[in-house]
Amino acid sequence: MSTGFVFALAGAVLFSLGVAGVVLIGHLLRRILAFNLMGSGAFLVLVGLAQRQDVADPVPQAMVLTGIVVAVAATALALALVRKLHALTGQLGLPGDVDE
Amino acid sequence: MKRRVLVAFVLTLALAFVFLLAGAMLDLGPTTIDLRAPVAAHLAQSGVTHPVTAVLLNYRGYDTLLEIAVLLVALLALLAVVGDAPVPPSRAAHPVLQTLARLATPLMIVVAVYLLWAGAFRPGGAFQAGAVLAAAAVLLHLVGLQPGWSRPRLGLRIGLAAGFVLFLAVATGLLTQGSLLQYPPAAAGVLILLIESGLTVSLALILASLFLFLSREEGA
Amino acid sequence: MTLAFDLLLALSLLWTAWRTLATPRLDRALVLFIVFGLLMSLAWARLAAPDIGLAEAAIGAGLTGALLLDAYGVLRRRVRP
Repeated sequence: MSTGFVFALAGAVLFSLGVAGVVLIGHLLRRILAFNLMGSGAFLVLVGLAQRQDVADPVPQAMVLTGIVVAVAATALALALVRKLHALTGQLGLPGDVDE
Repeated sequence: MKRRVLVAFVLTLALAFVFLLAGAMLDLGPTTIDLRAPVAAHLAQSGVTHPVTAVLLNYRGYDTLLEIAVLLVALLALLAVVGDAPVPPSRAAHPVLQTLARLATPLMIVVAVYLLWAGAFRPGGAFQAGAVLAAAAVLLHLVGLQPGWSRPRLGLRIGLAAGFVLFLAVATGLLTQGSLLQYPPAAAGVLILLIESGLTVSLALILASLFLFLSREEGA
Repeated sequence: MTLAFDLLLALSLLWTAWRTLATPRLDRALVLFIVFGLLMSLAWARLAAPDIGLAEAAIGAGLTGALLLDAYGVLRRRVRP
């Protein structure tokens, strides 16, 4: 089993873990964390699967580099929305969530 | 009870997804499309010798152009959400921390410039350089040397947009020569360095803004 | 040998990710997420992608961590003035 394949598999598990977190967790900060885990999983699958014969491939690497920078911008925007929501309503979850 | 059923259901689905995806991965044959050879073949004409930078700034220049646009839009959305609240006076951290930050900042700037320069021939480039510069700004803010920002002034606005505008200007300038973002091989290296410098400045300002506009205390 | 290291790194990635979501205290979850970012940059180094490793260390662990901890601090102060 090659390095690329190990991390592609880990990425698949990570992505599912993130999806389950986004669906199940009501707390919005944790939901942002789960969303970031999802992103990391997708990046690992993208690069790991392309390099399953363990030869570096610059094309998916460049794509993932772009993706990481966009992910941090999305995280910052999500945090701004959460802070605004909390300032206006005092809530850290969305209305109608089945949670705890 | 209802909640427990939901948790079990979602976890089962997630597990099933993992097994399906892993099965599909194990099933995959050898790659049918291999872009390594074309990337290596055209590296000599791309103006840089590091393949990742060549992909980012030359072969897939569109992606990077749109990426900086996305970042700018995300920052605008963030500014719309936070509005303009007054900036409270920043609290000074312990003098030791402040001194460390003062010592670290010039080093971080040097590292950023090196990363920008090194991007042409080894790992590094505009993204990493911009991130290091932004981290320096965040560090200065955390020790109380750099106050949070309340609203973007003209200079900051120009800096934020400079990378995108410069990139777009080069792209449209090249459109008159032939097609969008197709650099003439002779000038490619210079053009890429120019675009990357603009990108570094804008990226650093955008990433730092994400933190400095957001970190204004509300009612603390 | 390298396979053992890769497996260990992959497992620790998954373990930190799981703890990030499952640990009851939010501040711990955030710190675990920063640890996760640093482990990710190691994984990128193993995948022969030093460019992404550099970006991940600076952005994924540094900036995202600072943003999250800052938001956590503000939210906590607001709850308990």
